[in-house]
Amino acid sequence: MIPNWKVSRVTWRAPVLAAGLCLAAALAATAQDGGAARPSALASLVIWMPFILKGFGLNLLMSVLAMGFATVMGVILGFMQISPVALIRVPARLVTHLFRNSPWLVILFAIMLLVPFQMTLPGVGRVMIPDWVKATFGFALPVMANISEILRGAVLSIPSGQWESAESLAFTRGQTLRHVILPQCIRRMLPPWMNWYALLTLMTPMAAILGVDEALGNTQAAMEAAGARPEFLIPFYLFLMTIFFVFIYPLSVYTRRLEKRFAVAS
Amino acid sequence: MLDLIAPFFERLNDTTGLNFSPFYDSYDWGRLLEGMWVSIKLITAIIAVSLVIGVVGAGAQTSRVRPVRWLVAAYIEVFRNTPPIVQLLFFYFGLGAITPQVDMGGWYEPMIGSFGWAVIAIGIFGGSYNVEIFRSGIEAVPDSTKEAAESLGFSQFKIFVYITLPLAVRICLPALTNNIVSLAKTSSLAYVIAVPEITYSLSGIWSDSVNVPEMMVLLFLYYIVLVAIIARIMSVIEHRLALPGYGQ
Repeated sequence: MIPNWKVSRVTWRAPVLAAGLCLAAALAATAQDGGAARPSALASLVIWMPFILKGFGLNLLMSVLAMGFATVMGVILGFMQISPVALIRVPARLVTHLFRNSPWLVILFAIMLLVPFQMTLPGVGRVMIPDWVKATFGFALPVMANISEILRGAVLSIPSGQWESAESLAFTRGQTLRHVILPQCIRRMLPPWMNWYALLTLMTPMAAILGVDEALGNTQAAMEAAGARPEFLIPFYLFLMTIFFVFIYPLSVYTRRLEKRFAVAS
Repeated sequence: MLDLIAPFFERLNDTTGLNFSPFYDSYDWGRLLEGMWVSIKLITAIIAVSLVIGVVGAGAQTSRVRPVRWLVAAYIEVFRNTPPIVQLLFFYFGLGAITPQVDMGGWYEPMIGSFGWAVIAIGIFGGSYNVEIFRSGIEAVPDSTKEAAESLGFSQFKIFVYITLPLAVRICLPALTNNIVSLAKTSSLAYVIAVPEITYSLSGIWSDSVNVPEMMVLLFLYYIVLVAIIARIMSVIEHRLALPGYGQ
């Protein structure tokens, strides 16, 4: 017999796992300690911790901004996808498919390299666009496409009888969407929406490839500045993984709980 | 092939300035083909590794030994909740620095190159999703089926291999397709450790010829076609494996 075992049932695992990651980082740091004259890898890590955490702040900022943008655009795109007018529906579907089926890195490259680093706005004059803003935009696009698809899926999952009964009550299409369909969709969309937020946050370190000073970029800079010794690599990267884990794990546990609750309710 | 299309793209470059250099320059053409070939090899290897991990992990999760289950759970949680790019760098630079070197007769090379580490790191990352996917499939197999097998004298291991797994694979195939597609896209991350797959080789081309927009179009096209092909293959497999009475 297979034990009915669920990951989400035990939540004390989060701190234990995070502590385990930290411990592994510390152990790796001390085990690879070179000589007494230089500060140990662990000591260097402690010195540079605030710098790395400051970078992580930018990751959070990028993830929140990108998620906000992606949600607004994704919902609009999703509505366009279910529009009865083919002229609106077809382009929306094309855009959705383009950004859903391309890798994050490729979209990020496209935005970083094709969007100019400065723009002339009417009335404001020349405006520099910082790299991290462009990266935020690049991260938002794939999430936008997926949210659009989630919305479409959620609307399609509502039984067509509800459309018909709303119609028989003389609701217009817009009224049906607003008062009947959407309130039910939001509940169905919330868990996948949170999953996409977690995934988006996990992808933000990619911005380091293009020179944004977020957590990964700062970690690499810190290792360089502390002497670029090979024994830094394991503890520093493990520490970086720990930060993300501490932030994301509670979120994913909560998402799974919501999923289960909604699955029971519906 | 190149001789055939080269005049057209050369003229396109001269007349419109659209510089698709891989289609008339034999060196860039070679880079493009090499990149596609490496990318396909990489994706195949990653998918294979992640599937093996998924099956073994899901099997281990049904184990009666508690620590084994904990270990699998910890593996899933750690790899699903940390950034894949940091995992890749951790494997390549962190673990790569302490793996033994092999004497190549005069020079030394690390035992596992960047391609190998990309396969291992992204495969392990994708495997952590596959374990959950296979687990959901295994849970969906009716208990009565397993009990029937038990009453026929199958051992636990044989029940898993001959009864549970074949049914579970069919049940979780749609979810598996999603993950395989997303893994194929994630393979472009190998760019950061300089695996010469398509993203890397095209980035080489656009740094040399300054034709970013054209190469971006190629890159998007490549991945969209790739995803379509994978989805097609998976749907064919789904049809082949379909059992009467299961699914639609």
